[in-house]
Amino acid sequence: MSSKTMVYSELHASKVYYFILGICLALVVLGAFSFFHLEHEGHYVTGMNNQVVWGLPHVFAIFLIVAASGALNIASIGTVFRKGLYQPMGGLSALLAIALLLGGLAILVLDLGHADRLIIAMTYYNFKSIFAWNIILYNGFLALCILYIWTMQDRKMKVLYPYAGFFAFSWRLILTLGTGSIFGFLVSRAYYNSAMIAPLFIALSFALGLAVFIILLFFVYRLDKRELGDLVLNRLRYLLAIFVAAAMFLELARHLTALYIAQRHGVEQFILLEGGIYTLLFWIGQVLVGGLIPLSLIFCRALKNNHWSLLLASALVIVGGFAQLYVIIVGGQVYPLELFPNAEVQSSFFDGEIHAYAPSVWEWMLGLGGIGLALTIYFFGMVALRFLPRSLADTEVEAS
Amino acid sequence: MSQINAYRRKFMATLGGVAVGGLASSVILRTVQAGDVPAKPADQPVSNQVRWGMLIDVNRLTDGGASMVEACKREHGWGNDPKARPEQQAQWMRTVKVTDKLTKYSFTLPVMCQHCEEPPCVDVCPTGASMKRADGIVQVNKHICIGCRYCMMACPYKARSFVHESLTDQRPHSPRGIGTVESCNLCVHRVDQGQLPACVEAAPNAVIFGDLNDPNSRISQAMKALGGSQIRADLSLNTGVRYLGL
Repeated sequence: MSSKTMVYSELHASKVYYFILGICLALVVLGAFSFFHLEHEGHYVTGMNNQVVWGLPHVFAIFLIVAASGALNIASIGTVFRKGLYQPMGGLSALLAIALLLGGLAILVLDLGHADRLIIAMTYYNFKSIFAWNIILYNGFLALCILYIWTMQDRKMKVLYPYAGFFAFSWRLILTLGTGSIFGFLVSRAYYNSAMIAPLFIALSFALGLAVFIILLFFVYRLDKRELGDLVLNRLRYLLAIFVAAAMFLELARHLTALYIAQRHGVEQFILLEGGIYTLLFWIGQVLVGGLIPLSLIFCRALKNNHWSLLLASALVIVGGFAQLYVIIVGGQVYPLELFPNAEVQSSFFDGEIHAYAPSVWEWMLGLGGIGLALTIYFFGMVALRFLPRSLADTEVEAS
Repeated sequence: MSQINAYRRKFMATLGGVAVGGLASSVILRTVQAGDVPAKPADQPVSNQVRWGMLIDVNRLTDGGASMVEACKREHGWGNDPKARPEQQAQWMRTVKVTDKLTKYSFTLPVMCQHCEEPPCVDVCPTGASMKRADGIVQVNKHICIGCRYCMMACPYKARSFVHESLTDQRPHSPRGIGTVESCNLCVHRVDQGQLPACVEAAPNAVIFGDLNDPNSRISQAMKALGGSQIRADLSLNTGVRYLGL
């Protein structure tokens, strides 16, 4: 894998480390408490209903799953595209991918009406369902990431390193394609049902995964007082800009396509103009905070080599990505199904109405629990195994 | 002048056609016959020789289908989940008032699971809990439903509901379970015993139930004579529930 000169070591388990781990575990406990409450009472305690069937937990879950596949990109660029600068961070990238995926899957599974029937989901497969394929894709991704890490950390396995990297990269592309297709294949909903959603999710995963990776990398290197130079950070900075721009471009193409189809004018008008919170989240959250401001921060010459501007840009990309997923998942559902085009409909089941959805505290707790779980795995992993290059200072990186 | 005469002739012919159609409708849809549904012997598997379907004449429904909805509620025991908010209440069937935006022509019809030949809910279900029986009835196998609600996302008719709480006092023939999805199952328990679905019995003058695969069944004959529109026909799902007067 990386150069012989690069030395790796475990994260030092300081007091601050245990404090952070404690906060993460507290979030996990909150999530677990929420799960038991939902399991005991039923979903009536949530804001979800028969109109908006997927809510905030799904936004958290899909955010983490999409970011997980993107987080592996750092490793892939090092292995598959043979960029030496990225190779030292490969292990960290695969660890983060595993952590984020497990956090996201935990939310998804614990929100099920029958989480106790997980074994059924593992043993009964309807192969026409993209959901069933995703179960296989997620498990395969975890297995491949573990194998990938093994080939990085065990000299005897080194011969398999390029193959593991290649398979993990291919698998992650298919995985995100599958996650996007959960929505893309919904023929009846005007805001989904588009081939554009799958590539959009891939671009989004690149951006979100990288943003999360940058923030955690910076944070962990500060925590452990290790050196992190401009060379690495600037490379990541411009990579982030490309991914953010790609996600924005695909979203633009998706909306332009929809605006050309008369059947979709209603939902586009809702999201882009009249949707209240969803319109706000789209323009302010997704476009401005998640797209234009981070791009400006990255390309502003005065802020070149400024670590804090990169951190801020990454944080904004995360906030914007979350807003984008909220608009797609919840916004796409609050707009009513069109049973009769060109007609107004009315019923006791809220046909023809813009549906209401306000997430409950239980949904926030479950979502934050998933994030807590992801961070717990990430921080625990770094103490358990040698993932961290001892230094990513410019001289070290150049030498390697 | 001859053009006007031609137009008049065409108009009168159309009127005549409508009158004959209306007469046929009243003859064909006058009564529901229990013989439309032969009982399935308990030891026999469900056969794909039959495909159950329903034809609803919207113009003959004096209440827009409200009595059908009430009958469904009584039969399956839904409609009053004590803890759920109104938007969380299960609704297996509801009446929908439709008003054309341009013409302002308005009608009301009952909407429930349309028992598609190509059901999107079955395609997306990860475990196969959302299933179509050989005889065309689409329903949920509650034993293997994990409550992911993907079928609810996929259904174009909003026909499915999720049970948001623990329920008591359920009908033995129609168990409902917390954390699972449910919908109209064409009263499969009645159909297997040679009875009509509860909603069909509640609107005997407006609904025919029967075998769509049998060209001689009353429903097939009625559809051949009068048609049978689908809601969202553009999706090409070939629904088993058809309507007259949309």
